[in-house]
Amino acid sequence: MTSPTRLEPTTPAALTECIMQAHAASRSLEICGGGSKRSLRLPISADAQLDLRGLRGITNYDPEELVVTAHAGTPLAELEAALAERQQMLAFEPFDHGPLLGAAAGCATLGGIIAANVSGSRRLSLGAARDHILGFAAVSGRGEPLKGGGTVVKNVTGFDLPKLMAGSFGTLAVLASVTMRVLPRPRTEASLIFHGLTDEAANRVMSAALGLPAAVAAAAHVPAPQPRTALRLEGFGPSVDARCQDLARALAHAGTAQVLGPEASAAFWQGVRTHEALPTANHVLWRISVPPASGWQVAPLLAADGVHYLYDWGGALVWAAVPQLWPDATGARIPEVARTLGGHASLVRASPAQRTAHALRMGGAPDTEHARLHARLKAAFDPRGILNPGLDLADGL
Amino acid sequence: MSVKMPLPDSRTLASRPAIIAAMRALVPGEGVIDESAELAAYESDALTAYAQKPLLVVLPQSTAQVSAILRWCNEHGVRVVPRGAGTSLSGGALPVADGILLGLSRLREILEIDYENRTAVVQPGVTNLAVSQAVAERGFYYAPDPSSQIACTIGGNVAENSGGVHCLKYGMTAHNVLGLKLVLMNGEVIELGGKALDAPGYDLLGLAVGSEGLLGVVTEVTLRLLVRPPAAQAVLLGFAQVESAARCVAEVIAHGIIPAGMEMMDRPAIHAAEDFLGIGYPRDVDALLIVEVDGPPQECAHLMELITAIAARNGATTLRVSVDETERLRFWAGRKAAFPAIGRISPDYYCIDGTIPRRCLPQMLTQMAAMSQRHRLRVANVFHAGDGNLHPLILYDANVPGELDRAEDFAAEILRTCVAMGGVLTGEHGVGIEKRDLMGEMFSEIDLAHQERLKSVFDPGMLLNPGKVFPNLHRCAELGRMHVHQGALPFPDLPRF
Repeated sequence: MTSPTRLEPTTPAALTECIMQAHAASRSLEICGGGSKRSLRLPISADAQLDLRGLRGITNYDPEELVVTAHAGTPLAELEAALAERQQMLAFEPFDHGPLLGAAAGCATLGGIIAANVSGSRRLSLGAARDHILGFAAVSGRGEPLKGGGTVVKNVTGFDLPKLMAGSFGTLAVLASVTMRVLPRPRTEASLIFHGLTDEAANRVMSAALGLPAAVAAAAHVPAPQPRTALRLEGFGPSVDARCQDLARALAHAGTAQVLGPEASAAFWQGVRTHEALPTANHVLWRISVPPASGWQVAPLLAADGVHYLYDWGGALVWAAVPQLWPDATGARIPEVARTLGGHASLVRASPAQRTAHALRMGGAPDTEHARLHARLKAAFDPRGILNPGLDLADGL
Repeated sequence: MSVKMPLPDSRTLASRPAIIAAMRALVPGEGVIDESAELAAYESDALTAYAQKPLLVVLPQSTAQVSAILRWCNEHGVRVVPRGAGTSLSGGALPVADGILLGLSRLREILEIDYENRTAVVQPGVTNLAVSQAVAERGFYYAPDPSSQIACTIGGNVAENSGGVHCLKYGMTAHNVLGLKLVLMNGEVIELGGKALDAPGYDLLGLAVGSEGLLGVVTEVTLRLLVRPPAAQAVLLGFAQVESAARCVAEVIAHGIIPAGMEMMDRPAIHAAEDFLGIGYPRDVDALLIVEVDGPPQECAHLMELITAIAARNGATTLRVSVDETERLRFWAGRKAAFPAIGRISPDYYCIDGTIPRRCLPQMLTQMAAMSQRHRLRVANVFHAGDGNLHPLILYDANVPGELDRAEDFAAEILRTCVAMGGVLTGEHGVGIEKRDLMGEMFSEIDLAHQERLKSVFDPGMLLNPGKVFPNLHRCAELGRMHVHQGALPFPDLPRF
């Protein structure tokens, strides 16, 4: 296969031109940002690669109004650094997939974060990327410049296209710029750590904590050999102190909690973000999303040896590092378990061959009304199928 | 903004008896209303300037019935307008003459409360407040609190993506809905989301919330429940100038504080509320702020200290921190009664809903004062100060010829100014019929065409809630001016903010 043409627009107008021409000639495009999540989905065979890294930079940052607008190719790290200077943040705690997928760190872009709806531990309390995108400018598969949403924090004018863009993996439109809601960074944080709990007990402690008026910002569990269950509290000092004490007292039945101060707490959650406790070599990685109280049930239902788990979102997000040699490592078993619990699973780290085999085994999306809506929606935005061809989101990636 | 609706289809009007018979077969018992006098109860929602009796009203009791009704209507090309409690301020539930009004009020069961997962599954006719009441004993509540929460239903909240005074900190409906059962116009029933925090594929859940009843009919909603904060405290801040109040709001945010609520009233609104309830609001100020914080008592105390210091620095002439729950609620009472208070001093009023960047507020109020003179109508302002959401109340008398037209022109000028300042047409009330013809102020034809294609994805026959949101009059024949109602509020006792 010859290497495809590479298009590198650096202005929104040039981006429109690229897609307009591709549409006119029915030439397909693979949409790329920093490439940190490129191996997250099936390999795409397109006529050209549309690289958005040149379309970068913050175009409007208004700390007082809690909004920031940046071009899609802006590195996440650059955007977060600018926000941190004004003690603000993207509250959904986006993270960099690069290191998890064997790619370089620091390449994730704002556009990629939105396209994949990437949300970290604080998603539990403050929502996902889709909850923080306010507006966007994009070019649809029709080659037409399109905008959706607005640039103020409260808006219900028209259909919520920004939410539709979040998680659409560049299959409907290519983002040129995105407006995000930002929030003040918490003044301080602390974490309560319970040691030695089983996965089930840890899930129950997290559920109990989330049912108390402690405004837990994030809740995660790192299982054996060194089981740690963490509850993160954030905010102004006096409030964090008070909630820390109340929570420790209310959960005393689960053991004596160790209290991590701001630095140790931040370090712990950094470890959760980078999957410190999970093996990478010779393991594929699954992301399993289930109702929060059911997280612990994944392991007994799967009943597979050698799988390493990491629980986030109070149990609603289960990362599973599965040995490649396990016969059903990329098969239908894990999605079945997720479905049994009322959730879904997606393959995050796998070789292209494993991923292709997995897709073949799953046999594409079933013929349901849900799948038909997906197909019609795709056709409405990209009638010639030029954007990320072959990527069918109806049943997940 | 005299709104034109799609021309009624004469064949549909002529087949009314057959449609009634078909609906009676699908919804036995009391579920079909066809008496003219009874239909009158459904001719308006809370945007009372517009009224239109529907062809008939159908009140289904199950998802299966909703599905059967929509399937039948789709096959026979009959239009359908869904309705919850009818509290929409944008005409979202205005009937069409040749369409069935589908009332969801009889679907009012709370199906499940799951404290472990912190969710409730409810039918669309359950009122917003009923959800919080059902889970109160366990210390939980449902956060979005539109002012009409004693009457408005969850189904309507989902359709409009409703907000409320606490959405600054706790989000709009869209942030608090985890799943939906949605019946499409072709009768198919789909499940979107659930108790897990995300779902594969396109965010159809996010698209459905706030779609103003154009994409499908919701028959079940999975809501996120939150734990009620242990304490709340409010402070009343009066400022001689709007500029100082606006600066105070900006500094609170800049200090890293996101209050549970932050509301502003201008002088006419303060006076109307004070004349009505005698709460003790200062009369000698141009702007009044109510700032509420919640959390553990230590947090409330700490934040109050910071906020009062910021207010004092910005020249607050009134500064009263609530000492107990009774006083906190009294501070809110005037704000929550602002609409009826205005109703006492004017035969009719028209509530507008736009958002601007907060910093533009002083400039906006100055411009509004000039517009008020030009249109010869008074205006009072209540304002969700934390998020820039304006609610100007234009005072008019529908019995004076031309006043409603002037009120609508005034409103349109305010909304155009919102957009020109970098804001939007609606922050929480929805587009409905009210702002439909202004959509072009915010969106290009290409933008609107993409949105309308989404509509066709879900409802190719354009039968569901026709004439709303999109100014697609080029496809509809001229209908002429709608009949203008006398302006009696359908819910006179409902607090409005």
